[in-house]
Amino acid sequence: MSGVFVGMPAFPEAARTAVADATLRSNLRHATHTIRDKRARAVAELADWVELREAGRRIKEQTLRHLDRHLLRLEESVTGAGGTVHWAADAEEANRIVADLVRATGETEVVKVKSMATQEIGLNEALAAEGIRAYETDLAELIVQLGDDRPSHILVPAIHRNRGEIRDVFRSEMGKWGRPAPDGLTDAPAELAEAARLHLREKFLRAKVGISGANFMVAETGTLVVVESEGNGRMCLTLPETLISVVGIEKVVPSWRDLEVFLQTLPRSSTAERMNPYTSMWTGTSDDDGPSAFHLVLLDAGRTDVLADETGRQALRCIRCSACLNVCPVYERAGGHAYGSVYPGPIGAILTPQLRGTASGIDASLPYASSLCGACYEVCPVAIDIPEVLVHLRERIVERGGPGHRRERATMKAAGWVLDHPSLLAAGERLATRTRALHPRNPPGARAWTESRDLPELPAEPFRDWWRKNRT
Amino acid sequence: MTTPSSSRPTPPSPPRSPSSASRERVLARIRAATAGAGEAPDVPRDYLTRHVPDDPEALLGLLHENLADYRAQVHRTTENELPQLIGRLLDRRGARSVAVPPGLPERWLSATTAERRGDEPRLGPYELDATDAVVTGCALAVAETGTIVLDGGPGQGRRALTLVPDLHLCVVRTPQQVVASVPLALARLGPTRPLTWISGPSATSDIELNRVEGVHGPRTLEVILVTGGPSDGH
Repeated sequence: MSGVFVGMPAFPEAARTAVADATLRSNLRHATHTIRDKRARAVAELADWVELREAGRRIKEQTLRHLDRHLLRLEESVTGAGGTVHWAADAEEANRIVADLVRATGETEVVKVKSMATQEIGLNEALAAEGIRAYETDLAELIVQLGDDRPSHILVPAIHRNRGEIRDVFRSEMGKWGRPAPDGLTDAPAELAEAARLHLREKFLRAKVGISGANFMVAETGTLVVVESEGNGRMCLTLPETLISVVGIEKVVPSWRDLEVFLQTLPRSSTAERMNPYTSMWTGTSDDDGPSAFHLVLLDAGRTDVLADETGRQALRCIRCSACLNVCPVYERAGGHAYGSVYPGPIGAILTPQLRGTASGIDASLPYASSLCGACYEVCPVAIDIPEVLVHLRERIVERGGPGHRRERATMKAAGWVLDHPSLLAAGERLATRTRALHPRNPPGARAWTESRDLPELPAEPFRDWWRKNRT
Repeated sequence: MTTPSSSRPTPPSPPRSPSSASRERVLARIRAATAGAGEAPDVPRDYLTRHVPDDPEALLGLLHENLADYRAQVHRTTENELPQLIGRLLDRRGARSVAVPPGLPERWLSATTAERRGDEPRLGPYELDATDAVVTGCALAVAETGTIVLDGGPGQGRRALTLVPDLHLCVVRTPQQVVASVPLALARLGPTRPLTWISGPSATSDIELNRVEGVHGPRTLEVILVTGGPSDGH
């Protein structure tokens, strides 16, 4: 992953600042609770949700097991349908491929469909360095771009902003990027949507190059699928002459039929709708409809590292619905920025450290940004066992060691030895209960542990003594 | 108004990307990563093909209800009265011009005074933007989700036609174009055609995760369910 968010403090520090922000907490609480209940209702409409979830999980597992085969099949299908396939081993390469493709068209601006992959690789910044301006066209992305802000949610990148803040950003910034906000703009959501419509329409109509990601790529047919709500996706996919799609290699599914599972589980999990307003599917190029040039950039950028981890690879099943964010008690309070990555929330806590490693403080702290309550696993439409991966990543970090972890390991080793020797344990217990009054409230040197936990109070005598006295 | 001509210039061919080395590199990494993995179990397909019984009347009712739930305006009529209804709806919305996809039955627009704009040669983006409405048929409609699907067939046109004008009137022939579910819809669609699945007018959930209708696509979607039409599909 690129260094878009470098210099972020580790999760606990970032979260502390976020939690102190009352507006942020209220915005997040309002939004996540609204969507939570709606999702539950949308899911309950399908009697076979459990079976769909299992099928989705298995389709992804199968695909990942033979990812090379499916990608080659995809390449063949896309090429056969008039598209061109490029392979990018890392973010820099993907950015360079896209910049070269845009430059070859002679254009200096592009319109973009919201895409996690292009955010992850920092494409907009890379294009800017080449003198190419990238316009985000999703409403929330527009809010983030205009406000020179960072995304904080997978589906709703501006979830941390309420309607009043959005109005302020539109009023002060739209004019710098193109058509200014209408006079007297209020904070009514319909008016804000209208302002975005007017602002972006001139860009859509003149656009010659569109850039997108994709929710799914069908190997068998070469079909790409973009699921959206506003119609900005349709604009970018349909009006320009050149379309460039940057897609993570894990987004491939083997067959056309596989879409029947995900087109049912994705909308209900993400926006809690039976179906999202618009879904576009295209296969290469068509003679008389849409772009006459289509480029697919297949992106690795750390995904094969994730694939190599037997426990961690399940994170690649993710279809970016963001249901796990909306139910997470930690996300609800800390917000998306604290995760220091374009992938926040529970899925981010397992994806980011795997994609970019755990060398930095923020990345090493992410697997701990969870209470392991398991709500994320429960709502995941592809059954990613996020708590399992979190614990697995914690193990990896502990094995690498550090002062705190050395002390913890020594303590555990000593405890193991005592537990192996019953008479020693009994003596120890008696000693501990009799010296109760002398115990410090918190054991020295364990502040990181005890700061958020209470030590259990010791009873007046050990259980085994009590038992001996009272059993008769 | 600048209007790009209908025949597009072919963009200059991009430089041949030197990504073939990366292709081999990525494929090798994948093979190394999955080398020791066991075979993944087969995909269980024991989910339902449909969630509602195969009853055409009930499906039509469900389609109507779900379309309306996502703020599409739904109308029912007969083949005979279709032109009058289309005329009335265009009038009511004040549409003075209407884009006409190739292959649209001429009868459908026989009762409207709106200016017809054919798409042969192709209408440019600015011409489309200055067009009030578009009238199309569809490939099929999905009752369980309240979705209409367009595949660019006769009477539907290319994708931009149903995207840029602010009013979309879509005619669904019932019962033959109505399917119950997403799995049944996919089985009937050809993946090689550009497909657009539409469930209600353009909307967003980006402001406080609440749904608001009307962003970039047509802000008004009128769906006309026609009974007693010809049984030849389109």
